[in-house]
Amino acid sequence: MSKIEVTGLSVFYGRGTVQALKEVSIKIEAKKVTALIGPSGCGKSTFLRSLNRMNDLVGAKTEGEVLVDGEDIYNGGTDVIQLRKRVGMVFQQPNPFPMSIYENVAYGPRVHARGWGNGKLKRRLDRVVEESLRRAALWPEVKDRLGESALKFSGGQQQRLCIARALAVNPEIILFDEPCSALDPVSTARVEELLRELKRDYTIVIVTHNMQQAARVSDFTAFFLLGELIEFGETTRIFEKPSDKRTEEYITGRFG
Amino acid sequence: MSVCVRVREEVVKLGLCAAALVSVAVLLVLVGYIFFNGAGAINPAFLLESPYRFEHGGIFPQVVGTFFLVAVCLLFAVPLGLATAIYLAEYAADNLVTRSVRFFVECLAGIPSVVIGLFGLVFLVYFLGFGVSLLSGGLALGFMILPWTVRASEEAIKTVPYSYREASLALGVSKWQTIRGVVLRNAAPGIITGVLLGMGKAVGETAVVLLTAGSGLESFLPRSLSDPVGSLPVYIFMLATQGHTSAASSRAFGASLVLIAMFLLSSLFALLLRNRFVRRKRRKIW
Repeated sequence: MSKIEVTGLSVFYGRGTVQALKEVSIKIEAKKVTALIGPSGCGKSTFLRSLNRMNDLVGAKTEGEVLVDGEDIYNGGTDVIQLRKRVGMVFQQPNPFPMSIYENVAYGPRVHARGWGNGKLKRRLDRVVEESLRRAALWPEVKDRLGESALKFSGGQQQRLCIARALAVNPEIILFDEPCSALDPVSTARVEELLRELKRDYTIVIVTHNMQQAARVSDFTAFFLLGELIEFGETTRIFEKPSDKRTEEYITGRFG
Repeated sequence: MSVCVRVREEVVKLGLCAAALVSVAVLLVLVGYIFFNGAGAINPAFLLESPYRFEHGGIFPQVVGTFFLVAVCLLFAVPLGLATAIYLAEYAADNLVTRSVRFFVECLAGIPSVVIGLFGLVFLVYFLGFGVSLLSGGLALGFMILPWTVRASEEAIKTVPYSYREASLALGVSKWQTIRGVVLRNAAPGIITGVLLGMGKAVGETAVVLLTAGSGLESFLPRSLSDPVGSLPVYIFMLATQGHTSAASSRAFGASLVLIAMFLLSSLFALLLRNRFVRRKRRKIW
């Protein structure tokens, strides 16, 4: 079943002068990992950011239709706040807040906690923080250091903290924007392992520059070039028998 | 290095060192002079009594008055300035209107304080009918430090990395909650520094309060916002320009010493407050 259905999506920057995406149509499956690959400037990040409307922040203009669970997120008065709670995001550079580990994870739930009884709040936050850190495979490393600043931890730990922070608001979809490009190989392997764990419960879309990573972690792969979706299909098929010549040239490293 | 170059290096170094010494000396002589002339005037009665018959009595109402004036000033200027800064930095589109507002704020910072005092006298005291009072004086001081508060707060807000905002918004946190929870929290040290600078200006400001707040020699404490209020700078001004006895000049120096002490104490307090934020932040950085 497809979780996200995109039809004819075009995105323009700079008061409509630059077209970053050209009529992209794609169906993203629930509880699978979908990788978006392509050379720099191909529109894959723009596409990712149109799924939680982060493009709105830089004044992008969007045409077409993006359905999340059948609901058009660009028309029909979608509540962007609610949308972003359902569609979480992890960024390229680990960007924890300059607060403690605990406060980083509790930040989202605390803001959304209206209506939780005051006495219960602390206990519920404790539980959400622990559960999110466990899901992000960070709990054993930080359970005795929850009060310490997030910025004291390594890049890989910070990135898993950012994943825990995203999980804490209980999203259904998580978008990853090149989450490993600032990490060393060991940290990268841990994040990849985590992605495989997470897809049991979440729908995952990941932008990556690293084709091996796409091959390792994803079930589906979409290849973008110059703002167009060139090819989309199961990862094994894309990597073994790409039907478009440009896809083949890209994944065999002839450009990029 | 040739001899000529080496000599030049030494001469430059000595010259710069001499300049630094002169600067320090000017400061030391100034503070030392005030201290030696003022210290004799300072005793419990001077600090705790009210002035009477011009050069007699103490400066208690003036000390309290200065405190009240600065409090009214900050209560007016800080919320308004901070709100303006948040609007300019976070909400306003970068267009001609925004740039004009920012330009006017800069211009306001350049207006001589006596002109602000005159405006306060005409607008607050006469036109709005607030009279020569604590309210008029505090508001006029607020006009004076408003641009500093706006500018320092805006700069502080702008130094908060965009990635923090992005991370917060991506969690489904609204813009205002993001500003409250992430932006202001991280901008706090810079904002406090700005407020501190403004407060320093307000504590020592003479022209504005002379025209709007009172005659300086008030022997009573203000009981409401509409009472006239004495302040240390105006007291010093009065004694220095109209007192011709040694008692008057000694009292002027004594009051100066108290004013300097008040300024230092408030700066110290603000600095400690700021360092608490910075330390908390730094602990988070490394």
